[in-house]
Amino acid sequence: MTPIIEVRDLHFQYADGAKALDGVSFTLNAGESVALFGANGSGKTTFVLQLNGILRGQGNITVCGLPLTKDNLAAVRSKIGMVFQDSDEQLFMPTVLEDVAFGPLNQGLQPEEATERARSALEQVGMENALARAPYHLSAGEKRKVALAGVLAMQPEILVLDEPTTFLDPPAQRNLLHLLRELPQAKIIVTHNAMFAAGIAQRAVFFERGKLVADGLLEDIVQRFDWTYSALPLSDLRYSAQRRF
Amino acid sequence: MHHVLVDQWSQGASPMHARDPRAKVVALVAFLVVLATTAPDAFATLAIDAALLAAGILIARLPLSGVLLRAMGVLPFSLTFGLMSWMAGDRVRALGLVEKSYLSTVAVLLLIGTTPLPRLLSGLAALGTPRLLVLLAQFLYRYLFVISEQAQHLRLAALCRQGAGTKHRRSRFRAAAGALSVLFARSYYRAEGIHRAMLARAFAGRFAPLKPLRFRASDAVFALATISFFILVRVE
Amino acid sequence: MHIPDNFLSTPVWAALDVVAVSAVGLMVKRARRELDDSRIPLLGVMGAFVFAAQMINFPVGVGTSGHLVGGALLACTLGLAPAALIMTVIIAIQAFVFQDGGVLALGANVFNMAIAGVLAGYWPYRIWGAGRRRPAIFAGAVLSVMVSASLALGELLISGIKMPRPLILVSLALFAISALIEGAITVSVIQAIDKLNPSFVRRPDRANAPVLVTLGAVALILGMVGFLLASTTPDGIERLGLKLGLHSTVSFHAPLADYTVPLLDSAWLRRATGGLAGLVLIYAICAAAGRLIGRQRSA
Repeated sequence: MTPIIEVRDLHFQYADGAKALDGVSFTLNAGESVALFGANGSGKTTFVLQLNGILRGQGNITVCGLPLTKDNLAAVRSKIGMVFQDSDEQLFMPTVLEDVAFGPLNQGLQPEEATERARSALEQVGMENALARAPYHLSAGEKRKVALAGVLAMQPEILVLDEPTTFLDPPAQRNLLHLLRELPQAKIIVTHNAMFAAGIAQRAVFFERGKLVADGLLEDIVQRFDWTYSALPLSDLRYSAQRRF
Repeated sequence: MHHVLVDQWSQGASPMHARDPRAKVVALVAFLVVLATTAPDAFATLAIDAALLAAGILIARLPLSGVLLRAMGVLPFSLTFGLMSWMAGDRVRALGLVEKSYLSTVAVLLLIGTTPLPRLLSGLAALGTPRLLVLLAQFLYRYLFVISEQAQHLRLAALCRQGAGTKHRRSRFRAAAGALSVLFARSYYRAEGIHRAMLARAFAGRFAPLKPLRFRASDAVFALATISFFILVRVE
Repeated sequence: MHIPDNFLSTPVWAALDVVAVSAVGLMVKRARRELDDSRIPLLGVMGAFVFAAQMINFPVGVGTSGHLVGGALLACTLGLAPAALIMTVIIAIQAFVFQDGGVLALGANVFNMAIAGVLAGYWPYRIWGAGRRRPAIFAGAVLSVMVSASLALGELLISGIKMPRPLILVSLALFAISALIEGAITVSVIQAIDKLNPSFVRRPDRANAPVLVTLGAVALILGMVGFLLASTTPDGIERLGLKLGLHSTVSFHAPLADYTVPLLDSAWLRRATGGLAGLVLIYAICAAAGRLIGRQRSA
């Protein structure tokens, strides 16, 4: 099975010379979900921003068989849908409908088709009643869902979510989780929330100072790096990381 | 924020809300020009203008007292200058100043209370306003409340840390300047985040319009009727 | 400083609407050369920043506080055309959404604050900023407020709005205080921004400096000469307005028309009333002319 994403020996430096990514290699198969764990500043977000060419490093990146080059950017960005951590930065149009239709319009669709795609994407996330509303009036959970719709409207094959549970209360987190479980796309979830990730992905990778140091079963990674919210060590917890929703 | 109320008004439904924003802008400008050129002592004309506005407010299903109250924001300015004109002996001008500036404000409120700003911007774009300005206004308005809230948070945080009395005035000044610089930087980085989100959704350098406005027969009738009415009232 | 509708006489607001449309059009053309659509979110967001910043209190004295207007700040960080366009949009939104300033008077308000005010805030920094930065920024911010406020005052007077002389003087004094506050705020905010990230503040290029310094000096000299000329007639602006038929109605000269307060009514102060607005107009014209000439020279 050819991987849907293939990254080979990726290097990236910040403007001040600090090494953000140091020889990262990674593959993802169609329909597969993977969690990206790692400390703040370890390179997780920098890594995902390389996948759709927003940041450009050195190395080979292939998405759905397309090598990532300047000419392929539009095509790649149609294949990878990215939901950012700050929904206010993502929902920049005056109304929900215009925002969700933004992607399809950029893909070259006519206004009527773009509107149709936007409507069905909003239905998929359960926000079809918010068409004419201004993003400012939405709650954090609603904004997150509209942002997801904006990405689904482009009919991508891969979803990347950067810290999707930020600002969401537990009910909103559960809502988002159920939504994501229904979606067939391959998923990359950058998160600190191992419980949330465990509900979607069985595989996880661990970033440390720009290097990808581990790749395996999510429970094993969480255990090995002690990657949960608890202030107590894992062994002291009554609920183990094996618990799922 | 007071403005949130007007925002809510503009989301309503009424024959006025349904009119094409271009027709409403044209009607507003016509009204304002007629009002501006009306002599301050033409009280009959002014009374009819006021009645027209009241009718418009009722058709728009806006709260009459709410609109009239909100329009009083212009009064401090106009009453001050009106008072000066009155005391200089020019009583007619004084009255005219206060009446006319109040009526103008009500008229503008009627427009903005029945037209959400993004729609008004589309109308202005269709009337020939440069795209750059319209898009700029759209983004400014979108982030106005987000950033204002951030500013309030910063202000609150600074207040929590400030001392009282003149000894601390300079440090409070510097704290306010520091808060503004932080707000500046955050706004700048937010703009970068927006840009990335745009790129991620295949933005190629130009914004494509979604919903073209449809100027219907009812809008043409509205525009022509209001303009001719205003002119008739003025000329008589 | 935002003039509502029905204060200015028809010839005045109509003429300024035409002037503003042309000036803004020029700024749009200039901006289009410098940036594409992808910079628009930045300008919009920075506009929202200025809007929000205008509401933050800066303590300046016993119980008083000042506020930032922002024209000079925008000019020093984003450049002339972006600053002018952002201020234009802010003024327009203030007029429509907040009913702060008139709709027919938009031309006047935009000209005063977004064009003349921003130009006045930009030029000192552009000319002298490469050398001593803080005084240049301060001068720009002070001038931007003085120019906009004086123009507004001049437009009101020329329209025949009655203002007793002491009030005019008090207004000018208040403008001067606001201008100084703007200067102080702008300098300290730009310093703080510079500490956070030096790339946020534009560096004026040295390349055109000699030409621009000369032109700047010429503008100032002309301005001073203009000031002296204009100030020879007391109530100069108001009389001018009457003569040109710019007043909307012929006003009665009742006995109470001329307020005189002995202490404040010195000859010099009287002249300053009419002269200041004239100075400011001339400065704005010279600065614009200087920019055009300067660009042709360096082209």
